[in-house]
Amino acid sequence: MGEVLVLVEAADGSVKKVTTELLTLARTVGEPSAVWIGPGYTDAAAATLGEFGAAKVYVADGAQYVDHPIAPKAEVLAKLVADVSPVAVLVPSSAEGKEVAARLAVRTNSGIITDAIGLTSDLVATQSIFGGSTVVQSKVANGTPIITVRPNSTAPVAAAGAAARVDVSVDLSEAATKAKVTGRAVAQKGGRPELTEAAIVVSGGRGVGAAEGFGVVEALADALGAAVGASRAATDAGWYPHTFQVGQTGKTVSPQLYIANGISGAIQHRAGMQTSKLIVAVNKDAEAPMFELADFGVVGDLFVVLPQLTEEVNKRKG
Amino acid sequence: MKIAVCVKQVPDSWAEKKLRDGDAILDRESVEGVMNELDEYAVEEALKIVEANGSGEVVVVSMGPDRAAEAVRKALSMGADSGIHLADASLAGSDAVATSYALAKVIDGRGFDLVLFGSESTDARMSVVPAMVAERLGLAQLTFANKVEVAGGSVTIDRVSDNGIETITATLPAVVSVVEKINEPRYPSFKGIMAAKKKPVETLSAADAGLDTAQIGLGAAWSKVDSFAARPPKAAGVVVQDEGNGGIAIADFLAAQKVL
Repeated sequence: MGEVLVLVEAADGSVKKVTTELLTLARTVGEPSAVWIGPGYTDAAAATLGEFGAAKVYVADGAQYVDHPIAPKAEVLAKLVADVSPVAVLVPSSAEGKEVAARLAVRTNSGIITDAIGLTSDLVATQSIFGGSTVVQSKVANGTPIITVRPNSTAPVAAAGAAARVDVSVDLSEAATKAKVTGRAVAQKGGRPELTEAAIVVSGGRGVGAAEGFGVVEALADALGAAVGASRAATDAGWYPHTFQVGQTGKTVSPQLYIANGISGAIQHRAGMQTSKLIVAVNKDAEAPMFELADFGVVGDLFVVLPQLTEEVNKRKG
Repeated sequence: MKIAVCVKQVPDSWAEKKLRDGDAILDRESVEGVMNELDEYAVEEALKIVEANGSGEVVVVSMGPDRAAEAVRKALSMGADSGIHLADASLAGSDAVATSYALAKVIDGRGFDLVLFGSESTDARMSVVPAMVAERLGLAQLTFANKVEVAGGSVTIDRVSDNGIETITATLPAVVSVVEKINEPRYPSFKGIMAAKKKPVETLSAADAGLDTAQIGLGAAWSKVDSFAARPPKAAGVVVQDEGNGGIAIADFLAAQKVL
C-alpha cells in the first residue's frame, strides 16, 4: 500500500478536527503517515493521530520550523517526498496549508489541487467551484499529487494505527528563514467552534441592524453549539469582526446546517456558503434571494423568530 | 522604492462563471472582466507605501489575454506609474504552477523591493500564486497581511491566520499579499483616468519574456480536469410567513432533518 503524507494542523497541542478528517480520507488512498512540524508534539497528539489511523508520525521537532512562516514546512515535506516517495500529500485547506502546499508543489515539480471535497482511491479529486455551481473531477498529472482538502468534507472515522514516531530534520535554506515571526496574538477562543470546521453556522447580516443585534444570533449559536458567521454588510458596518465574514472575499464554509439571518443572499455571500448541506433563512423581505437557496425559510423579524427558536432548541435539548 | 503589484482580470462577481466544454478552461470571453477585488487593495497599498516613503515607483504586472489590459489601465488610473502586460495565446489554460513561473520570470531581475498581490482571486480562489512566486524568486514571503509597514529597508506585516494574528518581518526585497479591507482603495479620479492613457505599458509575448513554452499553457498543466458538471439544482425549499410560530417551525424542520 502506498504511503500518504498528511500534514497535521494543531492548536494548543491538540490535533485539529480537520487532521482526523484528512487521515480518514488518506486511508482510502493508502497508508497514512502524519507529519507534525514544530515543537510541542505530545502523547495526546500521538494518541489522536493513532486513533485515526496514522501508521507513522514524522516529527520535525524544532522552533525553527515555526519561527519562519510557511517555507520551513514546505521544506520538511519536500524532504519527506524525496525520501519516502508517497503516493500523495494531503494538506488542510487553511491559509497556511494552501501556501505550504503551493511551495511544496514548486519544490517537487508536482501538480496541486486545492479545496478538494472528495478523493477517490486513484486520486481523482472532487472540487466544488464557482460558488458551488459547478462540480469538477480533477487529477494531478505530474509529480506527487498535492491535494488540499476542505474541512467538513469527510466524516472522521476511527481506525487504529501505530502512530510510530519517526524523527526528521532538515537544514533550512536561507530563503526559508528570511521572514521571521516576531509576535503572535492568539485569537480569543470563546468556546465556539471554529467557523470553517463547525457543523453548524449561524450568521447575521444587514438585517441585524447593529452590533448589539448580534446578541440574538450568538444566543442561537450557543444553543446549537454552532459557530457565528457574518455577512460582508455586517462586517463592513463594524458590527462583527472581519474574521467571521463568510463569502467571496471571506471564509468559505460547508457545514451540515447554515442559518442565515437578515442576509439577503447576494452572490458574494452565497459563494461562501452555497454548498452547506442544509440552509435555513430568516428575513423580513420575502423577495430575498437567500430564500431561493434555503431548504426552509421564515419571512419574519429575526428579533422575534430567533429568540423563539433558541428557546425551542434549549427546551428540546432537555 | 520600486514596487510590483500583480493584478488579475477576473469575471465580474455578478457574472455566471462557466467552464468551456471541450477544454474545461474558464470562459472569460462571454463575461464582463474586472480587476480582481483583492488586487485593488494591493494596488492601493503599493501607492500608500510609495507616498509614505516620499518617492518611488509602482509597476502593475498582469498575465492575461488582451482584455486584461483594462485591469492594467485601472491600476494606472489609480496612480500606478507603468505597467507590464504578459499576453500570449500559448499561456491560455495555464495552471497556478505555470502562472507563477511566468510571473516570476517577468518580475525577476527588475530590481523590485516589494512584489504585492491580493491574497486570492475570486475565480480560482486558490491563494497559491504569491507563495509560489516567493518560492521561485527565493524571496521572503509575508502573506495574508491586514497591515503592512515598510521602514528602514524592512517590511513588517500582521498576518491573519486561523489561530490569530502573527507579526512577521523581513528585510527587502519581499513578496507580500494583502487581505480584504486592509485599506480603502481610491477611486480613480477623472485626472487619473486621463493620465493613465499616457502611462507606458510594456506588452510582452511569451518569447519576449523568455518563457519556455513547455512549461506554460493548457498542455503543460500539472493538474487536469477529468470531467465537470453543473451542480444539480436544489429542490425548492419551504418558505413560511412568521405568524407567531416561525421559530418553532424552524425547530420542527430541524428535528425532522435530525439536526435537533
